[in-house]
Amino acid sequence: MIRDEDILNVDEPELTASERLYFPILVGMRTTFRHIFKKKITVQYPEVQRTLRVENYRGVHRLNRDADGRVACVACFMCETACPAHCIHIVAGESPWEDREKYPAQFDIDELRCIYCGMCEEACPVDAIELTPEYDLVGRTREEMIFDKEKLLEVFDRTNGVKPRKNPKITGYVATGRRNGSEPPRPGAATS
Amino acid sequence: MMSLLEDQFWFSAALALVIFGAMMTAVAYCIYFERKISAWMQDRKGPNRVGPLGLLQPLADGGKFLLKEDIIPANVDKPLFVLAPAIAFGLGMIGFVVLPWGGRVDVDGDGAVDVIAQVADPGIGLLYLLGIGGLAVYAVVLGGWANNNKYAFFAAMRSTAQMLSYEIPMGLAILVIVLMTGSLRLEAIVLSQLGGGNVWNIVHHPLAFLILLTTLFAETNRTPFDLAEAEQELIGGYHTEYSALKFGLFFLGEYAHMITGSGLIVVMFLGGWHLPWVPGLRPEDVSIGAMVLKMSVLGLKIAAFLFLFMWVRWTLPRFRFDQLMRLSWKGMLPVALALVCYTTWLVYVGRATDIRWTLGGNAVLMAVVLVISGVLGSPITGRQAHMPAVRMFASRPAR
Repeated sequence: MIRDEDILNVDEPELTASERLYFPILVGMRTTFRHIFKKKITVQYPEVQRTLRVENYRGVHRLNRDADGRVACVACFMCETACPAHCIHIVAGESPWEDREKYPAQFDIDELRCIYCGMCEEACPVDAIELTPEYDLVGRTREEMIFDKEKLLEVFDRTNGVKPRKNPKITGYVATGRRNGSEPPRPGAATS
Repeated sequence: MMSLLEDQFWFSAALALVIFGAMMTAVAYCIYFERKISAWMQDRKGPNRVGPLGLLQPLADGGKFLLKEDIIPANVDKPLFVLAPAIAFGLGMIGFVVLPWGGRVDVDGDGAVDVIAQVADPGIGLLYLLGIGGLAVYAVVLGGWANNNKYAFFAAMRSTAQMLSYEIPMGLAILVIVLMTGSLRLEAIVLSQLGGGNVWNIVHHPLAFLILLTTLFAETNRTPFDLAEAEQELIGGYHTEYSALKFGLFFLGEYAHMITGSGLIVVMFLGGWHLPWVPGLRPEDVSIGAMVLKMSVLGLKIAAFLFLFMWVRWTLPRFRFDQLMRLSWKGMLPVALALVCYTTWLVYVGRATDIRWTLGGNAVLMAVVLVISGVLGSPITGRQAHMPAVRMFASRPAR
């Protein structure tokens, strides 16, 4: 609340004769005129692309691969649950590999619905989904902008050099489910 | 062909066609340069994708205006809705006919003057231009009314009040020159400014020039007087509901209005097609070449004013409505009235074209304005004595 004693009445400064006759307009016009000849700061995208000034820019998603080149996702649905825009759709399947129970048979992200908040990245227990610094995301149809598993893995292959995988240690993860009386295993716990 | 042009009627027709074409192109490129200049002043590059340097941008814009869906919203007053942009564009495109583009011309070169390089030369050319300017209010009012949109209607009301207020000082400033010249014919006004020790009217009456310039900004709804198009308050202004070509017509009409207004001020105060010390620009030079030269000089002067319009637009913020009204009624109107009275007296004592008296009078008037503003303590658009002090929140004192 604003109290009366907090309010200071401030008088306007006394204007000089030139100010009263609008001469400062000329000063402003001189300023704008000088800017006509100044160096232009426009970046001619897409011919010129500026380097991002932040490394953790949140662009297109990628689905990380583990050290063996398999999809790192374990289809736990954490990201789908965390997603405020409901843009992630996972269909889980039984994993063909020994070290985990499930894997994503289907993994679709609607890049048009996504708000690029990064909640999926935060939620992922195995650091399988990450946002990359890629921002020039274009397409001609809406269908094209729904990225499936292959496309997301492709993004990983393309951007792994730009942004290396945060926590690649996923091999050795033992998906045994809840053991009797004990905590469920934490990702990476088995390897450490 | 040439013999046909010796006839004023056919010459006027040809000239009207040429100037109409030039105006259309100029108007389209005005929009291009408006965007370019605004970009440059903001350290940007501006449109540069369509064609070399973006020079084909007006064509692309025109094509877009033509091809977009022409929406007529429900509940609009349909006849008026269609009429308003037509009025805006039509009025913008008929103002130029009375401007003296190139003096008198001897078409066939036999030494006798055949025609006047002016589409029409009525004795009341100035009144005609003022009438066109007055009618331009209708485009804005009808546009705002027919919209059936309350914000567009606000814009129209603002614009009406503004244009009515600014036409008065404008008329008075013009009256000063009319009294001095003794003619409403634009060619006579140009001729009175050149040759035989005469100087441009801006030297005689700089104050009247300033007033006419300011009112032209208001009449053409340009910043700092663009309250009719204050996007922040009124969505888009009176053309909010217009789309496609109808919007384009409003747009073109505004720029055509600017060109005509610049032409008016150049003719009234800056000697029209005349440049001092340049050969071939005297009234006695009547060849076709001289006409072309004169037309390009007038065109260049108009272009300079168009640049000024754009320069000011991208420099100054908008006035508040009460400031706008005060500037006209309390600021420019008294000054213009005093100037008219003074000039009338000069005409009475026969010294209306004596530069010592005209310029001296302007200087004295300026000094009086300075003294009065000193007594008032603030400019006419500033905070007035009866207004409350500005309240600002200071940081909470420590207790």
